[in-house]
Amino acid sequence: MFALLGLTPGLFALFVVFGFMVGVFFGFFGMGGSFLVTPALLILGYSAPVAIGSSMTFVFGTAIIATMKHHDSGQVDYRLGALMFVGIALGIEAGSRLVFGLEMLGIAEAVVGIAYVFILAAIGLLFTRSALNDGADGGDGAESEAGVERDETSDDVPAIAQTIQSYEVPPMMTLADGQQASLWTISGVSAGVGVISGFLGIGGGFVRMPAIYYVIGTSLAAAVGTSLFTGLLSGGVGAFTYGRAGVIDLGIVTALLLGSALGARIGSGATAYVNEDDVTIYFGLMLLVASVAVALGEAAAWLSRPVLDQVSFVLLVGSALFVCAIILYHGALAVRQDRGPSTSP
Amino acid sequence: MTGTELLPGASPTVAALAVIGVVILEAVLLYAGYGILEDRLGPVVFEQIGRR
Repeated sequence: MFALLGLTPGLFALFVVFGFMVGVFFGFFGMGGSFLVTPALLILGYSAPVAIGSSMTFVFGTAIIATMKHHDSGQVDYRLGALMFVGIALGIEAGSRLVFGLEMLGIAEAVVGIAYVFILAAIGLLFTRSALNDGADGGDGAESEAGVERDETSDDVPAIAQTIQSYEVPPMMTLADGQQASLWTISGVSAGVGVISGFLGIGGGFVRMPAIYYVIGTSLAAAVGTSLFTGLLSGGVGAFTYGRAGVIDLGIVTALLLGSALGARIGSGATAYVNEDDVTIYFGLMLLVASVAVALGEAAAWLSRPVLDQVSFVLLVGSALFVCAIILYHGALAVRQDRGPSTSP
Repeated sequence: MTGTELLPGASPTVAALAVIGVVILEAVLLYAGYGILEDRLGPVVFEQIGRR
């Protein structure tokens, strides 16, 4: 039978479409690769090493494309990204050791599952709350609530990050956008993100990007760009490790990349048009739905009910598809408003 | 197709580096290819969206 890089044409097309959705997501939020692709590959019947290895390699490729796009807009802090990568690598090692320790006690699976659900829910709540506050206070709510005055250079930095930046613990580092952050904060955040990645066995973009935004303190666009660059470095290490084991399916990676390369361009480009506040609430809600989906996935294993696994997958992909459509809709709306007056009669 | 199938008989490290090389090449080509497409079709698409 006719096959494209070992895949049937139907499966190849499915991966291209799926890759497009993940690409839009990845380009806009700087996360969502392994988080969406690994469960999809597992549901399609691929073994865990092939699913994880191919997913990590795909994340690596998409991160290259999305980082280049964000680089064009000057939204990548390379120095911060490289520094974070060192801390993250050390944190991953500590996190994985923690898992092995828990495994010896026989409670690793339960603890990791519960931690994943709570972390997703906590970050989802953080984004949803922040978006609701911004909406209620005309975009200034979070800042006025914390009693922190905004200045012109820190206009896009959230209040909590401005408060953290106000504690100047040397040595300080100047970020690409001119903000100052303590190296202690950067190291702590990187190690923390690494521990979570290693502990949960995930890429960690959904923790990394909010950590850069809310704790280190950059604009959301710079947090996305820098998170992507760090993801590129970690993805490269992951691709090398799984590549050595010979479990990366290049057919899957190529098909996904074909779609995601276009999606990532559109997602990254949309960050310049779409008001972050319009989409942040959907992102928060999506993470909350994802936490329910992961909880159902865990319940499927405990209760031996495979149907819950399928419900979990539908929830995960359905919510991501919805947010992807919202990004494209708001992008088109923003372009229309931007171009409308000049083209109207 | 895995790295082992791409370079039969190669050591695991070489196979892994070959996979990474292929992915980087694909990513750069796709970035450039879609970039050309964006330059050609972008203004038309933006104009169409603006008119609706």
